Amino acid sequence: MNAEELKQEILAFHPSVVFDEGGQFVNANIDAADVLTLLTELRNRPAFDFDYMFCLTCVDYKTHFTMFYHLRSLTHRHEMVVKAKIADVNAPAVDTVSHIWRTADFMEREVYDLFGVKFFRHPDLRRIFLDENWPGYPLRKNYEDPNMIEL
Amino acid sequence: MIEHNLLEPDMITEDGDFVINIGPQHPSTHGVLHLKVWLDGETVKKVEPHLGYIHRSIEKMCESLSYRQYIFSTSRMDYLSAHINNQACALAVEMGLGVEVPDRAKVIRTILAELTRLASHALWWGCMGLDLGAVTPFFYAFREREFINDIMEETCGARLTQNFIVPGGLMADIHPNFVPKTKELIKMFRANIDEYNQLLTGNVIFQQRTQNVGFLSKEAAISYGTSGPVARASGVSCDVRKHYPYDAYDRVQFKEILGTTGDSWERYVIRIDEMRESLSIIEQLIDNIPEGDIVAKTKQVIKLPKGEFYSRVETARGELGVLLVSDGGSTPYRVKFRSPNFSNLSALGHIAKGSKIGDLVAMMATLDLVIPDVDR
Amino acid sequence: MITLSEIAHNIHVKLSGAITNETLLSITEMAIVGIILLGSLVMLSFFLGYMERKVAAFMQIRLGPNRVGPKGSLQIVADTVKLLFKEGLTPNASDKFLFNTAPYIMVITTMLVIAPIAYSSGFQIWDTSIGVLYVSSVSSVSVIGILMAGWSSNNKYSLLGAMRCGAQIVSYELSIGLSLIAIVVLTGSLRMSDIVMSQADGWWIFKGHIPVLIAFVIFIIASTAEINRAPFDLAEAESELTAGFHTEYSGMKFAMFLLAEYINLFIVCAMGATLFLGGWMPLHFGADNAFNHAMDYIPGFVWFFGKTFFLIFVIMWFRWTFPRLRIDQLLNLEWKYLLPISMINILLVTIIAIFGWHF
Repeated sequence: MNAEELKQEILAFHPSVVFDEGGQFVNANIDAADVLTLLTELRNRPAFDFDYMFCLTCVDYKTHFTMFYHLRSLTHRHEMVVKAKIADVNAPAVDTVSHIWRTADFMEREVYDLFGVKFFRHPDLRRIFLDENWPGYPLRKNYEDPNMIEL
Repeated sequence: MIEHNLLEPDMITEDGDFVINIGPQHPSTHGVLHLKVWLDGETVKKVEPHLGYIHRSIEKMCESLSYRQYIFSTSRMDYLSAHINNQACALAVEMGLGVEVPDRAKVIRTILAELTRLASHALWWGCMGLDLGAVTPFFYAFREREFINDIMEETCGARLTQNFIVPGGLMADIHPNFVPKTKELIKMFRANIDEYNQLLTGNVIFQQRTQNVGFLSKEAAISYGTSGPVARASGVSCDVRKHYPYDAYDRVQFKEILGTTGDSWERYVIRIDEMRESLSIIEQLIDNIPEGDIVAKTKQVIKLPKGEFYSRVETARGELGVLLVSDGGSTPYRVKFRSPNFSNLSALGHIAKGSKIGDLVAMMATLDLVIPDVDR
Repeated sequence: MITLSEIAHNIHVKLSGAITNETLLSITEMAIVGIILLGSLVMLSFFLGYMERKVAAFMQIRLGPNRVGPKGSLQIVADTVKLLFKEGLTPNASDKFLFNTAPYIMVITTMLVIAPIAYSSGFQIWDTSIGVLYVSSVSSVSVIGILMAGWSSNNKYSLLGAMRCGAQIVSYELSIGLSLIAIVVLTGSLRMSDIVMSQADGWWIFKGHIPVLIAFVIFIIASTAEINRAPFDLAEAESELTAGFHTEYSGMKFAMFLLAEYINLFIVCAMGATLFLGGWMPLHFGADNAFNHAMDYIPGFVWFFGKTFFLIFVIMWFRWTFPRLRIDQLLNLEWKYLLPISMINILLVTIIAIFGWHF
């Protein structure tokens, strides 16, 4: 499926999706509350069949967080990015997708560890790299390391 | 003096499981991987990786480095494919800038990447034997690896972390000895792969140890996001060089080797065959290095337009992705490395369940984990 | 030509001239033999350590030790000095008595086993009538030392290694026993000197048809497992259990395990050489002929050590070429293959012995 067809198909069942202009992939913007339904559809509909999640990450835009889901279909060989906006900066949270793609288990733990984004219904949400009682979330833009020396 | 029970409380859980911690300092974890293993006798019931012993927060560091600098900090992620990591980072910047890399640089980059892959696979092969209790292969593997490192040293100035790539091309031209030495290597390596097969592949004990253990089904391989030889052993066609060619991979002929069963043996055989394919790629390119510039003109201070740029390459272990988020400034706003080892490691708990402890070590060897790349 | 037994006899005559008391004489002689034995065993393990390094280097396209002493021959002395000066740590939570006793048990059992081995014609410490039985029974005591070491260390790796080792040694003991019995059946004696003498017209490996050949192969496999060497080194599998049962040992106590390992290696190879390859008996074919006389010019101890070190080289060769087995494969090999084969084999050997079909 090419980019235009993908956009049309997604808009047909999920009209609230907003697509970025240009860009390397098809970029679908959606609110974090609806992301699970969209991703479930993208995985399960045979026309999409996005069976391979090759990247999951988060970006701190100071005013909001954005979850990036890079998806690929190994059968149709098409790719797209779902960007889920999390408006709540103080207690960011989103539904887990680790039951859809098992690779998301570790990747979500990494995001939880470094950004502090909580994942609802994640089977084992613990910090993956850092100590359990590490203060703060290092990859947030407002993180300040008390031990850091400015050069 | 501290009083201890002979059996500490955590030695045996309430279910009667024997819990051992393999690592962070353990001969077979190749780095500082820490596996908590629940055992029933010798049988593995559950494996849980504990990570972060070598977490250096490279992603955070990159946010304060310029686009020229951040490339070099990635050599220390997957230190066995340092050149390929650099390539991925440079590709992302070039994508953002929209510059076209000169042909000569493209070909040289590709040859160096394949040399890196050969060196990495050679090391893996030696360690594979080591993990299964055969010490000798290690020394045979290092013979070729040293030769490759010498070629690298002559051209790049460093043996392991080459740092030879700049956005737009290469830092310097190749050494005059590069071409003849590489040709010599191809000849030598071809012959020595046969020796590898005689020494380890054909060994009955080795085959018994690796066949029919550590199954990773195709569905699981896809779901766990594995890539590289691990996924290809399960029959997942995922070679980035083939599907999303970068640099000079679109002008060479090579096979993507796919397995069927997805057991440890298949993962082993695929890497051996991949070495031959790498040699053939180098062979096709080494006589056809085009003349011309080695670096495209870029501005002194690189500024990327606002947006996201995702580049990917095939390292020796799988698909490395670099996601650059730019806000238009001279440093990246956010860098995310999609590390192949991180995803491959997440499948370990799945494939190791129910195996013997000796097989767990063999599986870790066939996953070919590099821990600094997992932790980043 | 002066033989080793004549030297020993002369010393005995000189000593009995000096010491008239019968008891005192035996005690003195025992002390002398004991000191010589200890010294020579340490020298032997030095040599085996050096040999192992050089063989390994030869297999691994490298040079091996070549800095300390001529051709690196003093490297192992330097290592021993290092081990002597190292602190012998005892873990806090260990069972200290068992922990410290285990290495001694290992060394003592191996030293005991050395007694009935025949080095040369009439040159033997203790020519007991139950020689073979004695060796196979006493050598199995060493498993107790390993289990003690593994249990008392209070280390999970050690415990796993010790349990593996227990299962392994107890299993392979059976095959070793059965393959030794094959020769005992043919000879009709457990006495070492009788076994050697019975090979005066040809070694058993040549005389005994295929069954003895099978017994010999089983003996080599099982004894490699018995002494925990690769590919059967599961008890100390370094890539799985760091160092297995001796993970927590350091300094001289660790060196004692090493010493025991090398002496064990020597013993099983000496046993194999004695039982299957004729011990100190030169290469003879048939009765009195010119070839046999020519072979007799080479002294017995040269034959004995030549055969023993050949077998040692074979076992080292195994170690540096084979990967390690898995624990279930190890036990399968014994209980499903080696044991049934050796049981059938002993039947065949018995038939050969009864009908006198051997040469």
